Amino acid sequence: MEAVSPSATSWLHTSVGRKVVMAATGIFLMSFLVVHLAGNLLLLRSDGGAAFNAYAEFMSTNPLIRVLEILLFLGFVLHIYQGLYFIFRERAARPIRYSLNRAEANTNIFSRTMRLSAIVVLVFLIVHLRHFFVEHRLLGSPYTMYELCVAAFENPYYSAFYVLSMVFLAFHLAHGFYSSFQTLGLILNRRIERAVRWAGAAFAFVIPLGFAIIPLYFLLRTL
Amino acid sequence: MRFTLRIWRQKNAQAPGHFETYEVDGISPDASFLEMLDVLNERLIKEGKDPVAFDHDCREGICGSCGLFINGRAHGPLPNITTCRLYMRHFEDGSTITVEPFRAKPFPVIKDLVVDRSALDRIIQKGGYISVNAGSAPDANAIPIPKPVADRAFDYATCIGCGACVAACKNASAMLFTAAKVAHLALLPQGQPERRQRVRRMVQQMDAEGFGHCSNTGACAVECPAKIPLTAIAQLQREFIRAHLTPDPYLR
Repeated sequence: MEAVSPSATSWLHTSVGRKVVMAATGIFLMSFLVVHLAGNLLLLRSDGGAAFNAYAEFMSTNPLIRVLEILLFLGFVLHIYQGLYFIFRERAARPIRYSLNRAEANTNIFSRTMRLSAIVVLVFLIVHLRHFFVEHRLLGSPYTMYELCVAAFENPYYSAFYVLSMVFLAFHLAHGFYSSFQTLGLILNRRIERAVRWAGAAFAFVIPLGFAIIPLYFLLRTL
Repeated sequence: MRFTLRIWRQKNAQAPGHFETYEVDGISPDASFLEMLDVLNERLIKEGKDPVAFDHDCREGICGSCGLFINGRAHGPLPNITTCRLYMRHFEDGSTITVEPFRAKPFPVIKDLVVDRSALDRIIQKGGYISVNAGSAPDANAIPIPKPVADRAFDYATCIGCGACVAACKNASAMLFTAAKVAHLALLPQGQPERRQRVRRMVQQMDAEGFGHCSNTGACAVECPAKIPLTAIAQLQREFIRAHLTPDPYLR
């Protein structure tokens, strides 16, 4: 068997290598969700936002967090870029589509709606960054992070959009969690597969629910 | 039984295809899907018309020739089955059945429902083998292989190359097919010397043929008549990552 010429980077351009990038950035982004949620839950403390503001201050000044922030941005860019590439690749691989395709018979709704959930989460991400990150960090808003959050969450439209986005995030994670571990080659038997699917279902349920509780809390408080 | 068939007709790879509708009547519920098509073709021949071209060979679920996309699924409405083992009793009497060829860019239509699946052969040619100098047959127990390992390797080795995984995949990916062979040989001692090169070469060919990427939807494993499990794909992923991140001990 003739050896394939060794190249350090070209393997990331194969379909399998791109999958690995998708999975690795996916797991990194999921770990970010956990940290983000832990911070957000400070909003629920009845201390007038003292703990949350201290956390926001730490997150926007700590040099280590600065570095992680750049990595996070890169993680998002790579994840989105690979996703767009896969859409293009998929079209090319099946130029004539089936006139009748019953995909619901052999796949679950989460994997079939990955693209839709990705678009909704992306729109959410942009609105979310504009509302908090840009406002607080780039425009130097006179309001504290806590005040910005409370104002946003007391707006029923914003809260509704937030909660709906979390439903789509749950869909995205419901396939993404399992898929990441599969792609990293970690699911080598049925027992592990069952465990990862369970963990994925729990993760996809708990994390978005945790995020969604916060705007609902502030919205219900205004009633 | 009586059916309305909506069948894809296409003269050759260049010609644009279209659906044509046929009525068939007096079909036995115990006729296989292919036998039902035989009945239609006999009639078309008697009427002096061009019969519907479709692939078939063993008609007992072993060869993987009879690749048809029936009512929106590879090999029809049942999971893990070939078309020849699909019977007309699995369909509702009087219903309309849509029959299309397996659709993927690397599977060009030859005629009507027959597609050229040699892209899969070219993937195998890139590494789905072991290099040995042929001589007298080695002793059966010369290389001990634990039974559970042999069983797992055999599960992966049962792929019949029918292409249903490609047909069912929303991305037209040949991942389950390629992974079955990679996983099969990676588990056995005979596969070790070429282990890293095999996965690299086969993935390279898979991409070059124009198959799509895998997004782990699992549609392939549901339609696979040989029941190749998704763990094959995890094994390929692992082999691929390892082949690129660790040095090949067999290459100087």
